[in-house]
Amino acid sequence: MVKRQVMFTFPEKLIKEPIIYNLGRQFSIVTNIRRADVSEDKGWVVLELEGAEADIERGIAWVTSRGVRVDPIIGDIVEG
Amino acid sequence: MSYARALHCRKCGREYPVEARSLCESCLSPLDVSYDYQAMAKVVSRRKLAKQPLGMWRYKDLLPVSGAVVDIGTGSTPLVRADRLGGELGLDELYIKNDCLNPTYSFKDRPVSVAVTKAREFGFDTLACASTGNLAASVAAHAAKAKMKAYVFVPADVEPGKLVGAAIYNPVLVTVNGNYDDVNRLCARLVERYNWGFININLRPYYAEGSKTLSYEVVEQLGWRAPDCVVYPAASGLSFTRIWKGLEELAMLGLIEQPVNTHMYLTQAAGSSPIVNAFHSGSLHVNPVKPDTIAKSLAIGNPANGNYALMVVSQSGGGACAVTDEEILDGVKLLAQTEGIFAEPAGGVVIASLKKLAASGVIKKNELTVAFITGAGPRTQEIVSDIVHPFIVEPNLESFEKVVGVRV
Ligand SMILES: Cc1ncc(COP(=O)(O)O)c(C=O)c1O
Ligand SMILES: [Zn+2]
Repeated sequence: MVKRQVMFTFPEKLIKEPIIYNLGRQFSIVTNIRRADVSEDKGWVVLELEGAEADIERGIAWVTSRGVRVDPIIGDIVEG
Repeated sequence: MSYARALHCRKCGREYPVEARSLCESCLSPLDVSYDYQAMAKVVSRRKLAKQPLGMWRYKDLLPVSGAVVDIGTGSTPLVRADRLGGELGLDELYIKNDCLNPTYSFKDRPVSVAVTKAREFGFDTLACASTGNLAASVAAHAAKAKMKAYVFVPADVEPGKLVGAAIYNPVLVTVNGNYDDVNRLCARLVERYNWGFININLRPYYAEGSKTLSYEVVEQLGWRAPDCVVYPAASGLSFTRIWKGLEELAMLGLIEQPVNTHMYLTQAAGSSPIVNAFHSGSLHVNPVKPDTIAKSLAIGNPANGNYALMVVSQSGGGACAVTDEEILDGVKLLAQTEGIFAEPAGGVVIASLKKLAASGVIKKNELTVAFITGAGPRTQEIVSDIVHPFIVEPNLESFEKVVGVRV
């Protein structure tokens, strides 16, 4: 099992889709949301993913293919 | 001796020992080196600093290092009074900090010298970095000097001069098919798997500190005063925040007046300006972008320290400015043709932004302004190759006068 911290940035057309829920279910990943800001037209979520390394890899590839931008957490993320 | 006390989480305050770590476990925020400033203040004075040898390590007491350093001759670069450029822009007190004149031709030698010194202290035998070009050269050069192995990762479309500029020091040079943000994604994975000192990931708190020497030098060169305005280019935004931290420390140590009244202006290329966009939209969250600009050294779409950089802008009463590729090229030429300094596009970003900020009255005529030129031009010279149209003559007087002479 590994943990990975990432930021998802959602384009407007995906805001209303249950992407994080599906990510967790389809790839057996525990998704732990640490910080988020989602409005009508855009949104970002900082989360920790926990699961088998291969599952996380496939999960991130799937999220990316859906049109979500995935970035690693290296520096600061907004307060609150 | 080092006055570094701990790594400190800027958000929740949790502390960690001085080790290779960059994020707080409990809140995922970045860690900063914190110091015992009271003890530091007892040993640091203007008079003592003035007696130190030239170079960035004259400020060793203010850096998180105690033993022998890995130094390739970095720092003490010229601060020149830029009267000709100032005249063009309507600024009476303009200075250029020419940090092209470091061993690998960019300011990166400052943060890297600190990070590599710490890497060796922590027992790493291998260094690595994700780079837009300049960092790769600097890490490779320091690895050579320290007899360490280096893996440097750059985007595949980096300028050819930057590739040669890194390869010459014989690192393992890896070009990644993708942009810098993709390079970063890969490196975030590698740092989990390999026990390497990643200069801008697990060594990031130490890497950050080296850039403070830029402001220490400027203040000392100005006769121990802080500038009224700083104009500086941002990619991740990290070094911008350290210019400010450096000034605040000097004030805290009583070496300059308190409070610091410097206005910090952050500049980016319009084709990669996530931090400037956030500034203009009044947000503290930086939305990532897909970079597209000739200023490749600044082409980071997801700046790791954008949030902190925005806080510095607002705390200092400064601002942010983005300029187009065309303006960047004009900026590079203007600097060369008024001050004799050939900068890479990051310098063009600074000069073009300075021009805008002065023209709109944001930076005022009588304010003491320092524009930071952080990387040299020759490694990216193809972007201005249109400047070359020589007269072609035979080696005799007749030919010269025929071709050029009429214009003499
Ligand atoms: C020439 C030059 N100037 C400025 C910067 C900005 O660096 P930072 O990531 O600290 O914002 C870079 C970064 O690569 C650079 O190469
Ligand atoms: Zn914390």
